[in-house]
Amino acid sequence: MNPPGPPSINVPPSRPSNPRSIPARISIPVVAPGYTTATLTDKISSAVLQKTPRWWYPAFGVAFAFLNLFFIAVGWLFIKGIGIWGINIPVAWGWDIVNFVWWVGIGHAGTLISAILLLFRQQWRTSINRFAEAMTIFAVACAAQYPILHLGRPWLFFWLMPYPSSMGTWPQFRSPLIWDVFAVSTYAITSLLFWYVGLLPDLATLRDRSKSKVAKLVYGFGAMGWRGSAAHWHNYETAYLLLAGLATPLVLSVHTVVSFDFAVGVVPGWHTTIFPPYFVAGAVFSGFAMVMSLSIPLRKLFHLEDFITMRHLHNMAKVMLVTGLIVAYGYFIEIFMAFYSGNEHDIAMIENRFFGPYWFYYAMLWACNIVIPQLLWFRKIRDNIALLFVISIIVNVGMWLERFVIIVTSLHRDFLPSSWGMYHGTFWDISTYLGTLGLFFSLLFLFIRFLPAISISEMRTILPEAKLEDK
Amino acid sequence: MTHDPSRPDLDADLPDETADPEAAEKRLRQSSGPHFWKSLQELAQKESFPAFLAQQFPRQAAEYEVSGLSRRRLFELSAASMALAGLASCTRQPFERVVPYVKQPEEVVPGKPLFFATTLLLGGYARGVLAESHLGRPTKLEGNPQHPASLGATDAVTQAALLDLYDPDRSQVITKFGSIHTWKELTDELGGAIKAQKPLQGAGLRVLTETVTSPTLARQIREFLAAYPKAKWHQWEPAGRDAVRAGAMLAFRKYVETRYDFGKADIVVSLDADFFIDGPGAVRYAKDWSARRKPREHDASLSRLYAVETALTLVGAAADHRLAVTPATLSSLALALAAECGVPGVAKPALDAKQQKFVTAVARDLLRNVGRSAVVAGEFAAKEVHALAHAINATLKNVGTTVIYTDPVEASPTDQLASLTDLVNDLRRGQVDTLIIAGANPIFTAPSDFDFKSAIQKAPLRIHLGPYADETAEYCQWHVPETHFLEAWGDARAFDGTISLVQPLIEPLYSESKSALQLLSALLEKPGESSHDIVKGYWQKERAGKGTFEAFWRRTLHDGFMAESALAPVVTALDATGIEKAVAVLAADKSGPGPTLVLRPDPNVHDGRFANNGWLQELPKPLTKLTWDNAVLISPARGRALGLSDEELRGGGAVVTLAFGGKSIDAPLWILPGLADDVVTVHFGYGRRRAGSVGNGAGFDAYPLRTAAKMWTGAVTLTRTPRKLPLISTQTAHHMEGRALVRAGTLAKFKSDPEFAEKMGEAPKRTDRLYPGFEYKEYAWGLSVDLSSCIGCNACVAACQAENNIPIVGKEEIGRGRAMHWLRIDRYWEGDEKEIAATHHQPVMCQHCEQAPCEVVCPVGATVHSSEGLNDMVYNRCVGTKYCSNNCPYKVRRFNFFKYSDTDTPVLKLMRNPDVTVRTRGVMEKCSYCVQRINARRIEAEKQNRPIGDGEIVTACQQACPTDTIVFGNINDPKSKVARLKAEPHDYGLLAELNTQPRTSYLAKVKNPNPELEES
Repeated sequence: MNPPGPPSINVPPSRPSNPRSIPARISIPVVAPGYTTATLTDKISSAVLQKTPRWWYPAFGVAFAFLNLFFIAVGWLFIKGIGIWGINIPVAWGWDIVNFVWWVGIGHAGTLISAILLLFRQQWRTSINRFAEAMTIFAVACAAQYPILHLGRPWLFFWLMPYPSSMGTWPQFRSPLIWDVFAVSTYAITSLLFWYVGLLPDLATLRDRSKSKVAKLVYGFGAMGWRGSAAHWHNYETAYLLLAGLATPLVLSVHTVVSFDFAVGVVPGWHTTIFPPYFVAGAVFSGFAMVMSLSIPLRKLFHLEDFITMRHLHNMAKVMLVTGLIVAYGYFIEIFMAFYSGNEHDIAMIENRFFGPYWFYYAMLWACNIVIPQLLWFRKIRDNIALLFVISIIVNVGMWLERFVIIVTSLHRDFLPSSWGMYHGTFWDISTYLGTLGLFFSLLFLFIRFLPAISISEMRTILPEAKLEDK
Repeated sequence: MTHDPSRPDLDADLPDETADPEAAEKRLRQSSGPHFWKSLQELAQKESFPAFLAQQFPRQAAEYEVSGLSRRRLFELSAASMALAGLASCTRQPFERVVPYVKQPEEVVPGKPLFFATTLLLGGYARGVLAESHLGRPTKLEGNPQHPASLGATDAVTQAALLDLYDPDRSQVITKFGSIHTWKELTDELGGAIKAQKPLQGAGLRVLTETVTSPTLARQIREFLAAYPKAKWHQWEPAGRDAVRAGAMLAFRKYVETRYDFGKADIVVSLDADFFIDGPGAVRYAKDWSARRKPREHDASLSRLYAVETALTLVGAAADHRLAVTPATLSSLALALAAECGVPGVAKPALDAKQQKFVTAVARDLLRNVGRSAVVAGEFAAKEVHALAHAINATLKNVGTTVIYTDPVEASPTDQLASLTDLVNDLRRGQVDTLIIAGANPIFTAPSDFDFKSAIQKAPLRIHLGPYADETAEYCQWHVPETHFLEAWGDARAFDGTISLVQPLIEPLYSESKSALQLLSALLEKPGESSHDIVKGYWQKERAGKGTFEAFWRRTLHDGFMAESALAPVVTALDATGIEKAVAVLAADKSGPGPTLVLRPDPNVHDGRFANNGWLQELPKPLTKLTWDNAVLISPARGRALGLSDEELRGGGAVVTLAFGGKSIDAPLWILPGLADDVVTVHFGYGRRRAGSVGNGAGFDAYPLRTAAKMWTGAVTLTRTPRKLPLISTQTAHHMEGRALVRAGTLAKFKSDPEFAEKMGEAPKRTDRLYPGFEYKEYAWGLSVDLSSCIGCNACVAACQAENNIPIVGKEEIGRGRAMHWLRIDRYWEGDEKEIAATHHQPVMCQHCEQAPCEVVCPVGATVHSSEGLNDMVYNRCVGTKYCSNNCPYKVRRFNFFKYSDTDTPVLKLMRNPDVTVRTRGVMEKCSYCVQRINARRIEAEKQNRPIGDGEIVTACQQACPTDTIVFGNINDPKSKVARLKAEPHDYGLLAELNTQPRTSYLAKVKNPNPELEES
């Protein structure tokens, strides 16, 4: 085993990065000036290696309490059946699928940042990609609960997977839910691999720098014998790039497939061809909002303002603005198509959204997703961290409402007025949702406490020092 | 091992001496004989090489390992120990003999049902049924096709009667003051009491029964009365036929039974009559009426139905013209109609323009159809209206053709209110020593001013016979559980007098239960007699000298009724003074300002006797679609006048205080369009205290409003209270929202444009599809529903529930939108809330789409297309994603959100249809077109090597339907009935524009309005 060497040993000999790809007109740098590889490593790894900050305990405690609420809610669900939720006929999907789509959507930003922006050589992604990826994995973990929990007989969830059954039965491959199984599981595995491969050099750094024996052992185990040799770096770079290439289509495919759950159905409000692009845009929209909601407190708490700079916040705000406009286009097209097609059921659906019993949800959806994000046009607002934080939270709420509107208001009044009904989430619906938030934040707090929230090895490559070497 | 420059770490870890060629050479030289080596390192470093290899290539290490426990050995050992552990855990199964019958009972084949004819009693009158028996367990009731009161059809109450048999809340033992006693102890005590009455000629003995048509029971009672001349027999039925009897008495000066032949009536006028549900002939009447309401391309003649009514009834909903009125206006309209029809001695009262126009048109129509019309007065209308109806029918020469008079069917027609009054007076005066109540529940149902509770306690010995330890049992020392009609022998007469036998299918579930016949037998001091001996003995005596009894008895048992025992028509003359009296009373009937209360028995739980029947409680009531509750029904205008909010107008539940004849109760409101603004309708039968675990506390008790003076109607005041009680209706939207769901037209429209229905919506052609469709070589099942004849009576819904083991879920779950009925009847109002132009019923079950949206979205293939075009549900495979339900445009799929089926209560296990899976939690279910019936017939046909014939397979809903609205069959056979119906010009598919290509199709509703009354 190598003795803890000087940090510079971990700098890869070559990086597919080019300092000239950053346009000169951008004045705010992606890393505050004055850092060397050593100070940067110190700074980032200190969040992990130093004593646990005081605020961490109550924060994790609250998240963990909600995680326990999740266990209670799920336990009760398994004991009693999904009747404890508010779902019914006609609204057989409620908060469960709303939350599933919401969580899957949130995950998208992570993959987009880490994969697509990597391929596009957007260096500003470097400081946020690690926790954006972590967020992706945790969000997918939360999302993955719902397709299983929402089953009437959750213990038979594996029937949705193709396996050589002795009964000779296969899943029914025409069902979008089967496509979902493949899309989401592929996404989860790829994201996890991508994240973990990216972590390897940093785990080695932590192994080398940590003082406690247990930490050395654990990080050492995780580092899988990373010694920073040239061959390691070579393989690592290749794998990372390949995984980025693999993950890129997933950004588009996962939410496209999720949107098929609805678009393939006959229900007015679901049966539209605009859903795939509109869902993907919505996913990126909500994902960036979530990254923003998380990174703003994170940079403050760990004093990472030097690495997650205003430039990052600006860029994220701009992505939100663009995707938000695409989503708004989707809303308009939905309305337009209903009247353009002249389909009485579609027209009734739109009228019901505006004037039906759930009008408030729809109005709030417009406010949260279309009206308020327009503030991001203004530089002054993009400069205001508090406002950015508030807007990002509002967008997250808005995107939740969007899924609620799509699922519930479409189902509750479909073709036959005799079967119309209403849907209200119950205590257990809310508990399960809060529970997955608990799961998400528990994982997130464990992550920022025990793993470097910013990629040390990648950050080193964007230091001026590394660029000098490059030349 | 070659050196790999791309793996610098490998080099770094190698011990220095490995690469030493000298050491290797040395080794080679030292060894003798052939020596094999893989690499220089191995050769050079024999001792340390394994360690090195294990470090670098952990997977190969195991193969290299030689010493100690090998991998193979480890697996051998662990497999062996597992096998041994498995052996050791075996337990000896308990010894159990499984032997076949030594003597195989005749015709009993496990898995094959037998059908027995028997008789169900409602209001004392017989309805012939066929009971399905699986290995001795009755599992389903069907109509007896030969029985005149059924002709194969049933109503909802009959379907649900099965559940009463298996109701776990039935009383099971004889009790005295609540503790268990024996029949012997009871008969001893009763015997003593009777003996004491002998010298008094039975002056202190009273028997209270419900309406009795049973010849055997009547003879027993007469024998008893002969032995004790001063004893009295009272009959009491809270929703009885007093008005019918009194009306006949008024018109003819004697009790006369009236029955109608709607098959011969071209014009039917209902004066507050709901002859589809009320009264002993309801099922038959619905059948006869509907036979004349089936417009076909080749025969488009329809009868016409007018309804003048105070409540909104099924007859009113089916009527071509309907007038909602107050009871006082009904009197005026009846008078006006009589006057215009030419009934002598009737002066025309003043009417408003609309009523005048209506009456004139109806009278003209009647006069055009002399001898081919019927004017029907309601079971609960005033006796004077009945008298007048008799007079109108006589004037229109309907008597003998559409209106038939016979001798009374009842064994002893009495004015039951007077009879009960007499009993109460005797009780109060202390003249009753022993009161025997067989079946009735007077504590709950007697007029409230009788104060039956305190009166009954004046009788020293009180014996109650009933299926439940109900409110009356609470006030009697003795309670004897009564047998269900499927458990005991008996007889009764149907609406036309046909004598029907009650044949048990099963030994009494609770051995202590007794029938009324046995209780009467005990009164006659023959306590040991079985009901079989009593009934058979009676008929043996009765049939003495009329041929071989055994043959007659077997024939009767087989048929369920005695052939040609219907009462012959009698000629009876109208009593002019009676009619005069009736006219005078009706002319004086003026209601004051303010609303009038109209009391009616509940359409589901009747007078309260079915309150513990979960199927009936959960059955959405016709028209209101309320479940588990009764309500104060008012018109929307009155609701607004009371200041109800929009929410309360829509969802009901605002509590009002009803003050009526000095009594008042608090009850929730429900808005029912189509009621006259001045009418408040209340159904009684709810609010039971001791019905059982299902019925207790459901709804409110309206009996306190009923007094001897005002049994059915009177002025009422409504006062709003701030309270709210949730009412649950299975339907929350009541208009079609401009969608062509129920397609309706007039007869004239149908004649001029028979395909009018198809033109009301788009319907893609069967060939409009991307992929080739399924091919059906043999059968392709389909269903046709004729909306013209559907009356919305719910018989099909109840039949479906009984056939398919459909669980009940309770009020709360219904309120959450989780009703389980596979078949529902959608009810839509047409027109504005002030005056509904039409009420439409549309039975909706799984449409078995050719291109089913549910099939493609199921991820596990739990709902699949069968080779005969059925949309099959595979419960075992269902994981419960509910996607199919979301994607079903008809919303006919039902989901087990909880474990709704009660699989724990032992007695309920007996009830289930063994051919249908009992579904567990988390599974989707829906109408299967009764696939178990299809398969049963298919097996029969295959055994006989022939195709399944048309009409051989009958679905449960089709079989129950009194109006033959539902027809099932093979649409591949163009000659089948269903295929011919689907070829009718007015056939259309519900939501066909979605290209689901439903196998269920509807025949558009065709009404036959009077052109004179049509809106200009």
